[in-house]
Amino acid sequence: MGKIVLNSVRKSFGEVDVIPGVDLTIENGEFVVFVGPSGCGKSTLLRLIAGLEDTTSGAIVIDGSDATALPPAKRGLAMVFQSYALYPHMTVRKNIMFPLKMAGMDLAEATKRADAAASVLNLTNYMERKPGQLSGGQRQRVAIGRAIVREPAAFLFDEPLSNLDAALRVNMRQEITELHQSLKTTMIYVTHDQVEAMTMADKIVVLNAGRIEQVGSPMELYNHPKNTFVAGFIGSPKMNLIEGPEAAKHGATTIGIRPEHLEVVSEGGWSGVVGLSEHLGSDTFLKVTTDAVGTINVRAGGEVMLRHGDRVNLAPQANKIHRFGADGKALA
Amino acid sequence: MARAVTTQRKLVYTIAAWSVALLIFFPVLWTILTSFKTETSAVANPPELLSADWTLENYAEVWGRTDYPRFFLNSVIISVGSTLLGLLIAIPAAWSMAFVPSNKTKDLLMWMLSTKMMPAAAVLIPMYLIFQRTGLFDTRTGLVLALMLMNLPVIIWMLYTYFKEIPGEILEAARMDGASLRDEVLYILTPMAIPGIASTMLLNIILAWNEAFWTITLTTTKAAPLSAFIASFSAPQGLFYAKLSAASTMAIAPILILGWFSQKQLVRGLTFGAVK
Repeated sequence: MGKIVLNSVRKSFGEVDVIPGVDLTIENGEFVVFVGPSGCGKSTLLRLIAGLEDTTSGAIVIDGSDATALPPAKRGLAMVFQSYALYPHMTVRKNIMFPLKMAGMDLAEATKRADAAASVLNLTNYMERKPGQLSGGQRQRVAIGRAIVREPAAFLFDEPLSNLDAALRVNMRQEITELHQSLKTTMIYVTHDQVEAMTMADKIVVLNAGRIEQVGSPMELYNHPKNTFVAGFIGSPKMNLIEGPEAAKHGATTIGIRPEHLEVVSEGGWSGVVGLSEHLGSDTFLKVTTDAVGTINVRAGGEVMLRHGDRVNLAPQANKIHRFGADGKALA
Repeated sequence: MARAVTTQRKLVYTIAAWSVALLIFFPVLWTILTSFKTETSAVANPPELLSADWTLENYAEVWGRTDYPRFFLNSVIISVGSTLLGLLIAIPAAWSMAFVPSNKTKDLLMWMLSTKMMPAAAVLIPMYLIFQRTGLFDTRTGLVLALMLMNLPVIIWMLYTYFKEIPGEILEAARMDGASLRDEVLYILTPMAIPGIASTMLLNIILAWNEAFWTITLTTTKAAPLSAFIASFSAPQGLFYAKLSAASTMAIAPILILGWFSQKQLVRGLTFGAVK
């Protein structure tokens, strides 16, 4: 079990409302990603759920019982930190077994569980090493091992991959996703990387200034962003947000067009000059300065061989235009 | 670009370092040398070195005339006891200041340190009277308490500096893993801070061992440690330099040996946190 419900959870530090009030339901077994820019309160929200911060008001309900006042250890949750937070004076085995020792489990059972976790995480050969003798990826695995042996109601991940290099990050991302598929335990994952959010989540919670902007599946957020913030945050490269007469033509204050929904056409559309052209092989990313709508990002096929200074005509796919009102909210 | 350190430069630095070290160590060295001279050689002017009459007689006399083992035992009990008691109080205090600081923590630390700036003589009479009236005068318990209180600010400061270096996330991880406050201090914080605790302990044992003002003032015979033992040789019959030096050497030898064997630990302790 691992259903977590947040009822009007608020957190202030002195005069500053970091989380002005959040309502959210995380279903048992879901992989939920909190995503948002730096300082949006996503880590604070995770720490509130973990019990590492006290809520100013509101309630946190875990599996039907109010956990708001419970200390971290009594919430049945396990957390993986950004800095791994391994115990440097203990071997990998002792690190993994520490939560079991704290739970008073007998040594034989604890050893069995630690060995099982180590084998899942490919750590069997490193059990007698200290964290200082491991690579970044191995340390992160130990941190995950320490979390899984407890068989918690839910896992909390606080930007666990940000200290790893790009290649390792992709591997670990896949490992965590596979782990979720095999364990089927609730996972709450905090990241500022929307690619991680899109690839891993069952449900994404987009946060901005402590408020939830939108909750939904990755594709829901991608296809139907509720406002300009979510529209601009989800998707890479960023959605083009265009204001002025072109938006007015569609009856909106702002229109949003994703770079992949712009087509290079031989005539008509918006004419412009290519400023930057990045050829990735599979895709070509263009930055085009147009006369009608200013500078926009375009994602074209790998076969498009446009270069800096080339003139190009761009046309948005009519059914992929997102319309937003003056308040930034999506129009029906 | 890093400048190459030439052999000549190294030699200059080495000579300079040895000169400063010898200058600092000279009084101790002279005391040790004097302790092996006869009383006549000890007071000879100009001082005798090569022509002196060397003897072990002073040690035999000091040993025979006094109860050295009792003084030694008192010194051990007082210095180790006050340090252990101090650590017992300082570990939780430094923990709370390092990991759950309030906006008054910095002021509190400064206030504690400021007590060390007060001249000891300023509280001599009240301390003496308190000790007399509470029956702590000339007791080991009394001295353990007095020296513990005296060194507590230093112990808390040193441990605070150590604990500040331990990432808070590790303690949070322990809390998530089900550790109680006691488990957190016992299994995580203390083992991680062992080098710091060890050097704090060593330094405070040395400070307490060498303390003379209070140990001489607050004792007569029963609880008197080695500082009082030395002082007893500058007594009414006049000064006997050779015997006084023998007594001093016997008093400082144990701590000198301890210091010598733990110098790595001490240096690490005193410079900890200076370079990240």
